[in-house]
Amino acid sequence: MYVAVKGGEAAINNAHRLMADRRRGDRNVPGLTIEQIAGQLALAVDRVMAEGSLYDPDLAAMAVRQARGDLIEAIFLLRAYRTTLPRFNNSTPIDTATMRIERRVSATYKDIPGGQLLGPTFDYTHRLIDPAMTEDGPVEPGHRRPVESDACAPRVTDILNGEGLIEPDVFSNAEPSDLTREPTEYPVDRDLRLQALARGDEGFLLALGYSTQRGYGRTHPFVGEIRIGMVDVEIDMPELGFAVTVGSVRVTECQMVSQFKGSAGVKPRFTRGYGLVFGHSERKAMAMSLVDRALRADEFDEQRLAPAQDEEFVLEHCDNVQSTGFVEHLKLPHYVDFQAELDLLRQLHEDTTTATIDDDQAPLSEAAQ
Amino acid sequence: MTAQVSTQIYEGGFSDPVFGSQTVFRAVMDAMANPGRVIDLGQLTQAPAPLEPAAGAVLAALADYDTPLCFEAQNNADAAAWLTFHTGAPVTADRANAAFAVLVSRSAVGTWSDFAIGTSSFPDRSTTLLLPVEDLRSGKRLTLNGPGIEHAADIAPAGLPEGFASAMGENAKLFPLGFDLLLVCGSELIALPRTTRIMEN
Amino acid sequence: MSSSIVPTKRKRMLDAFAACDPVLLSERYHALGDLPAAAPVRGPEIGMIMLRGRAGGGGAPFNLGEASVTRASVKLASGEVGHSLILGRNARKAQIVAHLDALAQRSEWAPRIEQDVVQPALAQRDAERKRQAEETEATRVDFFTMVRGED
Repeated sequence: MYVAVKGGEAAINNAHRLMADRRRGDRNVPGLTIEQIAGQLALAVDRVMAEGSLYDPDLAAMAVRQARGDLIEAIFLLRAYRTTLPRFNNSTPIDTATMRIERRVSATYKDIPGGQLLGPTFDYTHRLIDPAMTEDGPVEPGHRRPVESDACAPRVTDILNGEGLIEPDVFSNAEPSDLTREPTEYPVDRDLRLQALARGDEGFLLALGYSTQRGYGRTHPFVGEIRIGMVDVEIDMPELGFAVTVGSVRVTECQMVSQFKGSAGVKPRFTRGYGLVFGHSERKAMAMSLVDRALRADEFDEQRLAPAQDEEFVLEHCDNVQSTGFVEHLKLPHYVDFQAELDLLRQLHEDTTTATIDDDQAPLSEAAQ
Repeated sequence: MTAQVSTQIYEGGFSDPVFGSQTVFRAVMDAMANPGRVIDLGQLTQAPAPLEPAAGAVLAALADYDTPLCFEAQNNADAAAWLTFHTGAPVTADRANAAFAVLVSRSAVGTWSDFAIGTSSFPDRSTTLLLPVEDLRSGKRLTLNGPGIEHAADIAPAGLPEGFASAMGENAKLFPLGFDLLLVCGSELIALPRTTRIMEN
Repeated sequence: MSSSIVPTKRKRMLDAFAACDPVLLSERYHALGDLPAAAPVRGPEIGMIMLRGRAGGGGAPFNLGEASVTRASVKLASGEVGHSLILGRNARKAQIVAHLDALAQRSEWAPRIEQDVVQPALAQRDAERKRQAEETEATRVDFFTMVRGED
């Protein structure tokens, strides 16, 4: 129960002012610029865009700054902003096969056509804090090496599919459902699950993905391929009568190759999980692909026993804006609620005391008779 | 999709999209809250024929990318292109999927059951019909009552389709489901939401 | 939408403008000198488009998430209408692109726009892509097989 209460306005105003002061911190230290955040905390910005479900690096950087680095708060800000904008159109589905690759690795084929391109990765670093991070020293630009062929790298799943060893993509142009427009009714299709996972909380999906590796819905996964890079965004323009490229976005794609499955009439072949996320977000894309695969249990006649296979559980709890809203609302005034509980509890105590006295007195009175 | 539409489609949108659409929104809300009242939407937009000016203004304000539009008439290329350009609304032939339907004058009421009436979970997922009439004041008198009307209200639209009152009566019985209807003529309209009961005198 | 009616030249130009750094585009636009004025017919306005992907990369479409966009449409006194739709929130860039799109429909402007704006924009885009590709290429793993002892 919610009851409107007035008062506390001065306290709230002063709290906001204090928050702004603390956010700015020591005035002798230069304030952060949006360019600094977007440029130097790019992976935080990418996470905010992915889970805020709005691709706009500058806005995400502003949100990170406004939220004092609290990424879930920043995601919340971005989600709130997107509700103020009209939707003009959809893009034609982006084609990750034509990605301008910045990183691409496969754990299944050493000699994958197109090669292993490490790109700007934390892998192979020693995870030792670098004392150079205390100062703004000079940084060398990346080495360059001429590119021999400008052919796009084939997806590893297409290579396996050529041999009939993996389930193929089933191409369609069906209109996908949209959880931002229609309330979710279970069970849902894979398109809606992928949308929910793409904007889902990285930590939650990471934990669920991990749980599948530990045996809670085991799928025996291999990273077929991870690729990160820029893809063009094309939109049909009715006023022009054709599609134009409106720019490009950075995305991370993970193809998880999972345990094979066969049935009467179908030779066994690998199954797949898919991850696609805004920005440079490798861990999230991998976790998403594990959870996507786990949620496809019905398609492969697997028993749904583990949390990661429970569609409603995963989808209803993967959104961190929803989660934080409900958890954090507990700190708002519940005075009347709580008063009612207190009254009930006192009443119970009283009833118990009276009952006890009655019980005690009954034999006494009997004895007195 | 053809690019060969006249350049007329680019003209005639709200000159101030925010305040223009807010003005029309407010007027349509008043019309819906006061069934039977004649509301003038003014000349904030200039829609191509065969759209009545009031229908053009309502759709310019309320239609968007998420509200498919259905045209009953065939000669709607310019009107459809105009609305798509200014609102982003897709045009559909699927009546059950239309958020708004622009009817022809004296539309056959027997076909109205094809439009969406919502679902018990989401009664709002219904079609709003825009029906052009010849006039809003000089026709046969109809008496209205229902929510938004204190006792009774009279309207007298001319050029209604055959069987209009009984079709609206059938629709009202579906409440909370059903379509809502706007009678449009020139820059004016009368709202007849699904809650309004219509009596022929 | 039928691809047979795509005017390749116009698409190539709009694609180049969308990819172009706003600073370079603005510089090249202003360097064109006095331009016939354009009246706005829609926007510039900021909105979103829903970006779609495909399950598995090549399967059924799904909604990946939205992206901010800006669009504008302008009309020249001579009647040509120009359109723009670009990623991000940049009203000025959207207006410039729409204006250039309208102007390029006039035969006296098309060659100048091609030479003074489209080509520099494409050159910058290609140089940037080349740099990115070469930096990535330098991180390619060149495997070499160690001699194994069985033989």
